[in-house]
Amino acid sequence: MKQISKIALATLAAVATSMAAAADYPSKTVNYVIPFGPGGESDISARLQEPVFKKLTGQSLAIQYKPGAGGAAGWSKLNDMTADGYTVMGTNLPHIVLQPMAKDVGYQTDDVTTVFWFHYTPDALLVPSGSPVKNLKDFIAAAKQAPGATTLSGSGTNSANHLAQQQFDKLAGIKTTYIPFKGTGASNAALLGNQVSGSWGYSTVQIKLGDQVRCLGVAMEQRHPQLPNCPTFKEQGFDLVGGAYRGVAVPKSTPANIQMKLASDLAKVNADPEFIRKMEAGGFAMLNVGPKEMPQFMADIKARYGALAKEMGIVKK
Amino acid sequence: METLDYLLAALTPFNLLLAIGGVIAGTVIGALPGLTATMAVAVLVPFTFTMEPAAALIVLGAIYTGAIYGGAYAAILLNTPGTPSAIATTFDGYPMARRGDGDLALTVACLASVIGGLVGAGFLWLLAPPMATVALKFGPVEYFWLGLFGLTLIASLGEGSTIKGLIGGCVGLLLSMIGVAEVGGDIRFVGDFKPLLGGIDVIAALIGLYCIPVLIDLVATPVAHLDSGGRISSFRLAEAIHIVKNAKFNLARSSVIGTVVGILPGAGGSVASLISYSEAKRASKRRAFFGKGEPDGVLATESANNATVGGGFIPTLVLGIPGTPPDAIILGALMVQGIRTGPTLFTQQAPIVYTFIFGLLLATILMLPIGLLIGRFAFRSLVAIPKSVLVPSVALLTILGSYAVHNNIDEVQQMVILGVLAWCVGRLGFSASPIVLGLILGAIAERGFVQGNLIGNARGSVMAEFFARPISLGIIFFIVLGLLWPLWSNYQARKAGEAHD
Repeated sequence: MKQISKIALATLAAVATSMAAAADYPSKTVNYVIPFGPGGESDISARLQEPVFKKLTGQSLAIQYKPGAGGAAGWSKLNDMTADGYTVMGTNLPHIVLQPMAKDVGYQTDDVTTVFWFHYTPDALLVPSGSPVKNLKDFIAAAKQAPGATTLSGSGTNSANHLAQQQFDKLAGIKTTYIPFKGTGASNAALLGNQVSGSWGYSTVQIKLGDQVRCLGVAMEQRHPQLPNCPTFKEQGFDLVGGAYRGVAVPKSTPANIQMKLASDLAKVNADPEFIRKMEAGGFAMLNVGPKEMPQFMADIKARYGALAKEMGIVKK
Repeated sequence: METLDYLLAALTPFNLLLAIGGVIAGTVIGALPGLTATMAVAVLVPFTFTMEPAAALIVLGAIYTGAIYGGAYAAILLNTPGTPSAIATTFDGYPMARRGDGDLALTVACLASVIGGLVGAGFLWLLAPPMATVALKFGPVEYFWLGLFGLTLIASLGEGSTIKGLIGGCVGLLLSMIGVAEVGGDIRFVGDFKPLLGGIDVIAALIGLYCIPVLIDLVATPVAHLDSGGRISSFRLAEAIHIVKNAKFNLARSSVIGTVVGILPGAGGSVASLISYSEAKRASKRRAFFGKGEPDGVLATESANNATVGGGFIPTLVLGIPGTPPDAIILGALMVQGIRTGPTLFTQQAPIVYTFIFGLLLATILMLPIGLLIGRFAFRSLVAIPKSVLVPSVALLTILGSYAVHNNIDEVQQMVILGVLAWCVGRLGFSASPIVLGLILGAIAERGFVQGNLIGNARGSVMAEFFARPISLGIIFFIVLGLLWPLWSNYQARKAGEAHD
């Protein structure tokens, strides 16, 4: 009896503290673990969130890095971290879907509890500015004339760039050759040096390289505010929207009300005009996927990437 | 007169202080085995996010250039390159330290680093936009040939037997293939052993292959770890300046090689210093002394690797493509600062760019007094420190260093295992450098080969892709030259010998 009442008391106390914790969450610095090195797009966007988060909640985000295995080093440890809402981790798509499909990386997609997707870098098809290919029509015509002769650089094998290439080939009924490079920098160098016919990159690449490249299409619903001359695939008749998504995840056992509070704080950050301006200036596209939309969003993404991954032979036996 | 304004902007007391602090921090981090320039920049980059753009760039440039120089310390005093850029510095630096000339080697390295750094930064200042196009001329095929060129140099490194060097190189090549292939995604040589999926990490291998054998030998032999030459150590500046004066051509060549290789995004300080070492050896009259403690060897590698700093910034700032791994981090820092790199940077944001370039030149010059002082201190304390303290401290550093690269314990295990293996095969006369070079260059060459092959197939002719591009042909020429040169010089020597008879 004494034992039971003790447990009951403890449970009560736990519930009470967790409720109190949610009400005044965050009441201290939140550790924000980025599973990549500094200077990447995950880091940059987190750095832009940090001051706004502080302005809105009064607490800082302490950005830390735990790189390794393309992010898997971090995600596989996520659920072992303290689940009190003061340790959160950056999370990325398509990584967390494709990695566990391809091999045993120490976590499953559903082990990563993402509370909010806050932006994405839309896929973009780019050619050097000197290229005779002026628009998407030219591009498709050239690829149809000589199947496989169009070479397109991208970062990595079975990466977001690779997926975009596969998806678009299928949509347009063409065959191009994907040339994987080590990182976006090397892929961009090949593009600028005319080593390849074009490149699958992101809207951010177009912003970085400026007039040196021409954008044939960007995988967004509407044109990017900073790239008015970059037409969407949609307006050209191809249903291609997506890219590399970035969000914030928490350890699985983080109390639900804290998860909700965190998501709503992140949504507020995402609504800050100055934040939006800085993000868009860097080529990022804003996105608001909170707890309400999450199940549907993840189900769609998993279905889409799953089918593609099977076709590409990424899936492990 | 604008130039003067930029110079003055770089020279504010605060920026000066940042440059000094950056050089010191960089040198110390770079000097510790396993902590690389990339890591030095990565660790300190978050502190710059709150600074003014130009100040942030100056401190990052100073850290970077200091770290590349700092790599020479461990290379010379412990036979362990502090950063991959300093691999070739071990060839002559450590033999010099063994025979009691460690202080001289450090001073020579300092002078060479400053000169190389100034040449690289000078190219960045005066010729950045045209030089950036060099980076673009290099396609996958050129990287393949460059990687192959580097591999042929193993034969001419001249540490012990050539055949053992080649075997070591092949082992390195095999090691480079372990894990998920970068291009293609195949899983190779893993055998269901998950920790190998990520492949062998170059830094972990570097620490293990160089540092562990040294540590084991220190424990296993009773002799002192360094000979102070029976003198009280000094700068030996006059001697070093004399050496530098006699090697003007070597310095110029090495610095230019360093700058050009630094511009190439797919190569790095390790390739630059290797090529300049081998070219210095080929051109030198004192060829026979290379590898046995020839200051000209240290001069070549240290000027080349510091020249890659300025060279690497050329594509970073002009094209938005990082020339070296630390540049990638600096590029990210620029984005956080809201600076847009690319062709318009030099015109639209000229004040920031030129203030940065002058800051980099300044940091390089500051490296002279700072480097000499730290070098003297490092040499003295390393000589004075008892072996029983030195060995455990360095052992701890090797573990910290190999863990810190990716916060990954698997890589610490790789480091220890490779290190023990390196000690074993070392007793049979195999040295670490060919293995490490195989590991680094194998990845570069393979990547280029697969990409070139894919592109060649798509364009309809693989042969044309590999053998009909002018830069490729140029590199192939150097490969052939590198392979035939030893035969030619042997033949000459024999003929000369016959004439004497």
